[in-house]
Amino acid sequence: MTPEQPDLIVRMVCRGLAPFIQLFGLYVIMHGHSSPGGGFQGGVILASSFILLAMAEGSETLRRRLSLTALTGFMSAGVLLYAGIGVVCLVLGANYLDYGVLPFSEPRSVGMLVIEIGIGITVTAAMLSIFRDLLTF
Amino acid sequence: MVDAVFDFVIGHFNTVAYIILMMIGFYAMTGKTNLVKKLVGLNIFQWSIILFIVSLSAKRDATIPIVLAGHDHVTGPVLDAADYVNPLPHVLMLTAIVVGVAITGVALALLLRIHRQYGTLEEDELRDRVRASG
Amino acid sequence: MNAHQSVVPVLIVLAPLLTSFMLPVLGWWYRPAVFPLVLTALAVSCGAAIVAAQDVVMNGPVHYYMGGWAPPWGIEFRVDALSALMLLFLTIITLLVGIYSKQSILKEIPSKEVPFYTVYLLLVAGLAGQVATADMFNLYVFLEITSLASYALVSIGGGAAVVSAFRYVILGTVGAAFYLLAVGYLYSVTGSLNMADLSRILPDLYESTTVLVGFAFFVIGISIKMALFPMHTWLPGAYSNAPSAVSALIAATTTKVAAYVLVRVMFFVFEPRFSIEMIPVTTLLGWIGAAAMILGSVMAIAQSDFKRLLAYSSVAQIGYIVLGIGLANTAGFTGSILHLVNHAFMKGGLFLVAGAIVYRTGLREIREFRNLSRKMPVTAATFTICAFAMIGIPPTGGFFSKFYLILGAIDAGNWVFVGVIVLSSVLALAYLANVLRYIYFPNDDATGGGGRQPVPEATQRDEVPWTMLGPMLAVTAIIVLLGIFNGEVVDRFIEPAMPAGLAR
Repeated sequence: MTPEQPDLIVRMVCRGLAPFIQLFGLYVIMHGHSSPGGGFQGGVILASSFILLAMAEGSETLRRRLSLTALTGFMSAGVLLYAGIGVVCLVLGANYLDYGVLPFSEPRSVGMLVIEIGIGITVTAAMLSIFRDLLTF
Repeated sequence: MVDAVFDFVIGHFNTVAYIILMMIGFYAMTGKTNLVKKLVGLNIFQWSIILFIVSLSAKRDATIPIVLAGHDHVTGPVLDAADYVNPLPHVLMLTAIVVGVAITGVALALLLRIHRQYGTLEEDELRDRVRASG
Repeated sequence: MNAHQSVVPVLIVLAPLLTSFMLPVLGWWYRPAVFPLVLTALAVSCGAAIVAAQDVVMNGPVHYYMGGWAPPWGIEFRVDALSALMLLFLTIITLLVGIYSKQSILKEIPSKEVPFYTVYLLLVAGLAGQVATADMFNLYVFLEITSLASYALVSIGGGAAVVSAFRYVILGTVGAAFYLLAVGYLYSVTGSLNMADLSRILPDLYESTTVLVGFAFFVIGISIKMALFPMHTWLPGAYSNAPSAVSALIAATTTKVAAYVLVRVMFFVFEPRFSIEMIPVTTLLGWIGAAAMILGSVMAIAQSDFKRLLAYSSVAQIGYIVLGIGLANTAGFTGSILHLVNHAFMKGGLFLVAGAIVYRTGLREIREFRNLSRKMPVTAATFTICAFAMIGIPPTGGFFSKFYLILGAIDAGNWVFVGVIVLSSVLALAYLANVLRYIYFPNDDATGGGGRQPVPEATQRDEVPWTMLGPMLAVTAIIVLLGIFNGEVVDRFIEPAMPAGLAR
């Protein structure tokens, strides 16, 4: 058992816990507009599940699995999703970020949901990249 | 005299609490020489202000500002604003919390580079090493 | 006021913002496309600012409701004549520094082009947003975007810059936190965050202690951001250690926008009589501005490093702007705003010159600048014109802004301030003439230079590349044009936006 590979029990328990944390994180993101929650909170919870796995499996695994390029790509994709919805509203004729004109059945609700998902992706990637940087200390 | 002070503290509890926290943070920022402790002091400082503004939204006998539509079919003019806590400071402070996290992230990245370059995080040693390396 | 809807102010903020989101992926995928895209975004922003300025000058203020929600429930963007002037000069100077930065960054921080431009565009978006918004909390968000981008930009060079950047983080965040506290206090008594709405509700509440405390926190917080003496201690380290293009950009923009925010809240959200009669804030600001002018100039004379000298000179120039605000009459206000615009170009030009000198020769000590006029004559000429503008020699813009400030001081009957303005100009002459002497008349100095080898007597002309020379010449031209056409600027942009209630 090397220092990089902690105890078997810790690893197994963390592997068992991580899916539940991720599920809860996704729930918090989805329910941002009608109950306490939202993109930032859910994103941080999602990131914490990955950080838990990193602490259980060792920092080398995290650095190998999550490359900086992938994280930067996710960060850009998330905020572009947010800004993109706003631009779509602008193109469809209304003001910037005016969800009322989106072609869905409940446009404001769906608009806010897509925005929260975008924020969640960006925040997860940002938190993971900060953690990844701190690993090299 | 003691009664008046006591009444003031209990009546303006949130103001007194946030001022005490802010001063603790301020002392850490100025009185400590380790850069990480200064950063923690900055965090306490910011968080105290956020706590204070969130506390401004409280009302007596009010519940959380979530309308259970579909449950009791409560919509429209039946809603009375006095029954619900003011949600606007909560939403504003969410943004402020995100800003605080971003500042902490940037400051931590700076501290990493300082340590990598100069090998220390104490302010007095750092000043000497910066002056020495030009 | 018959304001009308227009989407153009939003474009000024959106173009750099969206482009900065796309840059990290684009940089990894196809590197050569990054710089043209950055220039396109800055040019779109500049074009939108010109269109918005024309619209505002001819048809009155422009507003835009975000998300379609009318104020005071929604966030409103509102551009009047003063904001239009600010947006115009911000976009022009950021475009010019953007063109300049390509070669400069290649020399100073070679491997960090993509992160540099990402954060650069975020800074531009934050600056434009601070000026265009009409919502107090939205201003806080854009203020923090600007601040975070500037912390990252200052530290990007490594070395001593990172320590200066950490100090800047601590002090800047304290300032922004005080601003947030002020917004919280004002919201707790008025229930509104929109600036026009606040200006309607607040006059009944001027007696309340909460409003007073909120205003006090606001002034302190913005003064830290503006580097007003004595809260300027972050500025010399941050300006002198940062890469040259970054120094030029930040010196020309961030402190100016903070001064604009001070003017906007002090004179437009609160009525001027609150700051003049009810609590003597303007008197206090006037004296602090005067102290900043004298002390900043004195500290500048004592410096031997060129960029540090320019940093302390900036502290003094912020004093001019605050003195103009503190005079609280129309001439003082005009002088203050005119000096704000002039100083952005003057100090920007001077830092561009410093960057050009570092690019070609690597020299930073003034004593080593000998024979520079022979090696880099165009750079030396740019420095001369910017120096003349700083001292206040006609027909450059600097003369007219100081003229208005002196008029304002005479109108207020305060002859001490007239003396302070003249004395500070003489001190500026002292430290700038010192540098001019080394550049143009090398044989005067008998004592030896510093560590590095100064430029030898017989040197060939070796100027900086055209992408760096072009912006420097453009800045010089704008300084002279601002001087010649200052009447136009005052009539079209400052007079229509004069706050009601200032003494004549």
